[in-house]
Amino acid sequence: MTAREEAKNLGLTDLEFDEIVKTLKREPNYLELSLYSVMWSEHCSYKNSKAVLKRFPTEGPQVLQGPGENAGIVDIGDNLAIAMKTESHNHPSAVDPYQGAATGAGGMLRDIFTMGARPIALLNSLRFGKLDDDRAEYLFREAVAGIGDYGNAIGVPTVGGEVYFDDSYEENPLVNAMCLGIVPHDKIVLGKAAGVGNSVMIVGAATGRDGMHGASFASGELTEGNEDQGSPMQVGDPFKEKQLMEACMELLQKEWVVGVQDMGAAGVVSSTSETAARAGNGIEIDVALVPQRDKDMKPYEIMISESQERMLVIVEKGHEDDVKKIFEKWDLDAVKFGTVTDDGMLRILENGKVVGEVPAASLAGGVPIVKRESRRPEYLDKLQTDFSKIPVPSDLNDILLKLLDLPNIASKAIVYRQFDQTVGTNTVVTPGSDAAVLRIKGTKRGIAVTIDGNGYYCYLDPYEGGKQIVAEAARNLVVSGAKPVALTDGLNFGNPEKPEVYYQFEKCVDGLSDAARKLGVPVISGNVSFYNEGKHTAIYPSPVVGMLGVLEDVEKHCTMDFKQDGDVVVLLGENTDELGGSIYLQELLDIVAGPAPKVDIEKEKKVQDCCLKAIQLGLVNSAHDIVQGGLAIALAECCIAGNIGFEGEIESNLRPDTLLFGEGQSRIIMSLKQDNLSTLNKLASELGVKVSVIGFVKGDSLKLTINQKDKTVGNIEVPVKKMAEVSKNAIKGRMKK
Amino acid sequence: MRCAVIQFAGSSGDGDCCHVFKNILGQSADYVFHKETFKPADFDIVVLPGGASHGDYLRPGALAAHTKVMESVKEAANSGKLILGIGNGFQILLEAGLLPGTMLINKDIKFYADEVLVKVENNATPFTNLYKKDEVIRLILSCKYGSYFADAKTIEQLKSQNKIVLTYCGFGKNGDEEDPVASMENIAAIANQEGNILGLMPHPERCAEEILGNTDGLRMFQSILQYFEGGKTL
Repeated sequence: MTAREEAKNLGLTDLEFDEIVKTLKREPNYLELSLYSVMWSEHCSYKNSKAVLKRFPTEGPQVLQGPGENAGIVDIGDNLAIAMKTESHNHPSAVDPYQGAATGAGGMLRDIFTMGARPIALLNSLRFGKLDDDRAEYLFREAVAGIGDYGNAIGVPTVGGEVYFDDSYEENPLVNAMCLGIVPHDKIVLGKAAGVGNSVMIVGAATGRDGMHGASFASGELTEGNEDQGSPMQVGDPFKEKQLMEACMELLQKEWVVGVQDMGAAGVVSSTSETAARAGNGIEIDVALVPQRDKDMKPYEIMISESQERMLVIVEKGHEDDVKKIFEKWDLDAVKFGTVTDDGMLRILENGKVVGEVPAASLAGGVPIVKRESRRPEYLDKLQTDFSKIPVPSDLNDILLKLLDLPNIASKAIVYRQFDQTVGTNTVVTPGSDAAVLRIKGTKRGIAVTIDGNGYYCYLDPYEGGKQIVAEAARNLVVSGAKPVALTDGLNFGNPEKPEVYYQFEKCVDGLSDAARKLGVPVISGNVSFYNEGKHTAIYPSPVVGMLGVLEDVEKHCTMDFKQDGDVVVLLGENTDELGGSIYLQELLDIVAGPAPKVDIEKEKKVQDCCLKAIQLGLVNSAHDIVQGGLAIALAECCIAGNIGFEGEIESNLRPDTLLFGEGQSRIIMSLKQDNLSTLNKLASELGVKVSVIGFVKGDSLKLTINQKDKTVGNIEVPVKKMAEVSKNAIKGRMKK
Repeated sequence: MRCAVIQFAGSSGDGDCCHVFKNILGQSADYVFHKETFKPADFDIVVLPGGASHGDYLRPGALAAHTKVMESVKEAANSGKLILGIGNGFQILLEAGLLPGTMLINKDIKFYADEVLVKVENNATPFTNLYKKDEVIRLILSCKYGSYFADAKTIEQLKSQNKIVLTYCGFGKNGDEEDPVASMENIAAIANQEGNILGLMPHPERCAEEILGNTDGLRMFQSILQYFEGGKTL
């Protein structure tokens, strides 16, 4: 076989092969080709997305580290910072949901603690097929167990997340994990191989043949055949990871540590080439020195293995034994296997003999960037429907209960109850509210964090959908009393070589960017996952956004639950004539039709500013944003969470189903003492935000009357107990185990 | 009061326990790593914290029970020092034979993390003296192996000697969830015959501050302090 043919077998294109030959000024050997094949895979190189990702706003005074490192870092005050990142583990989770999801959480944690930050919270964003499909139910059940067992064993709380079920994810589920860590400003460690002559060490677990070509695997579609190939799967050991984390936390206090990097996708080759490239240096390593757990491993296998729970550590020459001592305490290996050089080359030796040699910068960043063709998909023109032909339902109670019974709206307690949410004793608001709130020990501060996505909106309108996700994430933080400061994205799409998919990708990124820029929330890290397609379907374009907010005073956090009988309930923002894109149409009436709800970011900002200010002033007892299922579901959630009723009346020209179940954006429900109403009204009018009183916290039922010109046109009356029961059992009732 | 918090490989509740003793109660607290030893005279109370020690490999607590530090823990126990095992710490005490019985996997074979309601069956212990008898308190449960099991004779003994200290009486925030654990006699905590060792599955250290929304667990730590300040009678 010629080198070119071998390159093709490894997934490299002709263009890429030519580029390699041009760089090396010779044909690469098999080892070198293997290195390029994983480093230039989409998963490691972002070659399909790089050009578009430049559109993200990434700067702000609070940003200490933007995209390009293991994780982004943002200042939260008091000389403290939060490191955070999102990562996908979609393909492994489709093959082995338990291990795939578990190792997703594991890789995420390493990205955080390599930067010197102690992980304090995990979140996840999950997408599966509908639960009536046996395989979807199995994937869901196992992925949740995998995330739980890994996070629980390592002792980092899972404080939030979201899960959606839709046929588009039936063949290709999505498992995105997010992790946050805390670090004092002066303890941040970067992944740089600085200082010629410094020692390059591999620490943690031994290297085996697991996860071979995992990064390349993640960069292709799931088709018959490769679904069964076991080799790309990594196997996680949370205990080892915990040991590694504790050892690293100890190590990173030392001033002689130069740089650290996780060995995630593409293991040794990515960590060595990326750290060398960032410092403008080279690294020479001898693979024979790497501790191995499989026999007769070839140099290329050692270089690209994705065995979990390993790290690359660069320390000042002479401190190797100090590193060993720390890792010995935690029963882990630490071996010097290389040196930082000044020639920019990644030189690979086996027992002292050179077996491969390529420029580190070429591996880490030399991939030819592809500008993909982008074409507006035809389906977008077929999403209109004549709303006047949809009859207004007569039994609104029935619709409300049916919506609460949808797994996409119902309580997710059955999921998050499998996650330790409170270890670490920082969790102030546990899952189930709009955002998780954590206190920061030793300060008055708190942080709020949420992860959000709506693939359906993005399918209906990629640009507006992208905007909506950022707006909703920020709103979730604001109703919790936090000011949004930064976001991390997880971009999950189909095959980017299809122009229609690329169009969705570009437009979603534009929407995310515009909203992030206008709301002043920079993107500090992220992940792209393409090729999320099965034999029959491509997933909905599914970007997710993890967002961080800061509370100056954590005591002033807010939750969604109605608290006090007699409190007045107000709507911040305006009800709009938007029924398109609603889950009511999609799931109850089987009408897939837009337009998706539009977000006017200027208006959104005003509503959020008003809500945040009101919470900070201590005016409100509860706040909750209106999203899927509309006003009626939001009210139901406030009632269920507070185990208390609501009674109200709304005068509106809208159709009752649009008013109740339409998903118009930029709306927040708040409850407050009557006495505070005038202050709130004053604040709102100063900011140009509409406030309407819609009722009171009262009794033990949700009662709402809709009037049009003094005539009652609709009525809801459902006991809170009944709603809670339906919501609680919706997912459970559809599970086989 | 001098407190030792044992750090097994994999412990994750060690910091939480230390935080309560030091920052909430203002007492001294030191970590003891599992490869180290200590003398009974060094500490008044030894805490075995939660978290999957040694990866929960073999059985939860099984490997931790055979670490070097456990020789010191046993010595301290035999000389009447207070020993408190929380979550995985309880499982270690069972595996080490310092308390009778064992833990089985939860009835629904899933990890369970939520609030639980527990009843104080015995308030005449160094760990519960500030609770009222039969008082129902809220604590956080977070475990996969929390179903207490023992033979009939042991159960009979625990009952007749009043060594069942806490029992579950409700699951979930409102206490109205189905029991996912199925612990024998609804056992959430037991003490040894002498009364100086307590093992409990729920986490009082996570329920010890207003900002976390629950202070019911704080009284367990205050009880311990009260026991020492009030002249140590078992």
